Amino acid sequence: MFIPSTETERNEMLQRIGLSKVEDLFSDVPEKFRYPELNLPEGVSELEAYQNLKDLSSANESTDDLICFLGAGAYNHYIPSSVDAIISRGEFLTAYTPYQPEVSQGTLQAIFEYQSLVASLTGMDVSNASHYDGATAAAEACVLAYHHFRGKRTKFVLSRYLHPQYREAIKTYFQGYEKLNIVGDEERSGFQSTDDLLKLIDYDTAIVYVQYPDFLGRIQDFKEFASKVHEVGAILAISVNPLSLGLLKPPSEFDADIVTGEGQPLGIPLSFGGPYLGLFATKNQFIRKLAGRLVGETVDGNGNKGYVLTLTAREQHIRREKATSNICTNQGLIALASAVYMSLLGKSGLKQVAKLNYDKAHYAADQISKLKGFEVINSSPFFNEFVIKTPKPVSELNSLLLDYDILGGYDLSNDYPELENHMLLAVTEMISKEDIDYLVEILQEVTND
Amino acid sequence: MSNPSNYKFAKTDEWVSVEGKVATVGVSDYAQSQLSDIVYLEFLVDAGDDVSQGDSLVSLESVKAAAEVTSPVSGKVLELNEALLDDFEAVNKDPFGRAWFLKVELSDPSELDALMSADAYTKYCEGRE
Repeated sequence: MFIPSTETERNEMLQRIGLSKVEDLFSDVPEKFRYPELNLPEGVSELEAYQNLKDLSSANESTDDLICFLGAGAYNHYIPSSVDAIISRGEFLTAYTPYQPEVSQGTLQAIFEYQSLVASLTGMDVSNASHYDGATAAAEACVLAYHHFRGKRTKFVLSRYLHPQYREAIKTYFQGYEKLNIVGDEERSGFQSTDDLLKLIDYDTAIVYVQYPDFLGRIQDFKEFASKVHEVGAILAISVNPLSLGLLKPPSEFDADIVTGEGQPLGIPLSFGGPYLGLFATKNQFIRKLAGRLVGETVDGNGNKGYVLTLTAREQHIRREKATSNICTNQGLIALASAVYMSLLGKSGLKQVAKLNYDKAHYAADQISKLKGFEVINSSPFFNEFVIKTPKPVSELNSLLLDYDILGGYDLSNDYPELENHMLLAVTEMISKEDIDYLVEILQEVTND
Repeated sequence: MSNPSNYKFAKTDEWVSVEGKVATVGVSDYAQSQLSDIVYLEFLVDAGDDVSQGDSLVSLESVKAAAEVTSPVSGKVLELNEALLDDFEAVNKDPFGRAWFLKVELSDPSELDALMSADAYTKYCEGRE
């Protein structure tokens, strides 16, 4: 263990405060808790530790070993090697919070570029420097809405097809707000329509949250929906899959007030669930209420372009207790990765990847719909994900598929009891036509009994 | 700019001008000069709200600082000066006139007795310089 002070120095310090040994510092801790038995194995050498960990990690199967049809919020996409090469530069990799603009121009400009890319992809006026992930970004949007109405509007309306984990995060953030009523995503039989949601909206509604494409992969036009939400003065928030926006109409065209999303599809590896990236963009109207950090472009005294953290009264520096939210951490490196990814692909590259996803997913849906016992549920347009009804329980089917090195789709009955035997399949550009044909063949084989 | 003799002042630099039961509230010239150029203003209450003495009414941001305008009186908010939202400058240029923030129907006029007169407030400000 590395202890920076010498024994003499430690004794000097102890003497000064009138103690004789380090243990005396812990005399307030009840004796039986002081030195608990940790029951740890004997220490091992670095070589042994490395081998132990390697054995453990090789027990995993990753998307390198399996054909992955699992999505549900995190997707297996191709990441150009240059993304990692660029973000691994020391100046980016080890940069800390850019509080001091004089020495942080690179980091600040990178965040500014990220914000500009997200704003342009979503069509919104302004993007912040990011949140942790899609779930926390959604929760922050609700915090914004709650404070926008100064706590006077006490209803949140959440679509049942907003990602189940995002709904959980929102509910976690709002634990203890006794007057608050979070509705819309209750258990039900059959599918929820946007009209079902509209019935819940009234003048007490602060925010209405939908997803695009929704958790079942469906693409809906929310234009009319938005105008109904705005009729009662509520805020419309839309959670997006940013990659789909390479192809789809941006949510700004529906007149969304807040757009959030999981940025993982934009060049971020799956990495067992994180770190990911929370996208957060709004209309100009909310710029002072935006949670998190914001970088702005300005000029210095000599007229040279420069970047600074801006409008910080919103967060913790000045009015900490009055701020919409005290969160000011952003996913600096991950946001940078997505900015590099978007820049490398460019407008046409992003469109091309989105189109590949769309085409492959539709080919897969088409093939599966021809299988005996299977049914494709999506009748409305979808992006790279769709729902199939399966002749066997999904968990059973998935363990059969795993024997053939196929990572099957998401078991929707986990979150939607009304969707038993329904599987959510994701097909990205990583999946070849042969992979899809193989899946179809195996599905047929394992259900042919 | 001298402090209008018919106004009352709070230690937190708000002024009140009373007509009948209705109090008009703003911030003093001293307050705006300390804040310097106002760049943002947001009402923290709506017409119809009941406010108590000390409640936050308006949030101000200047190039130098952020401040909250607290209510020198209690009562029901009758009207907000929404025109200020497009005219932050008024707070710096005409703090005792155009830049009134809101009107409150007094629920406890005796609260006014505890506020300072213009002369007392002028001395109070001098003492802080």
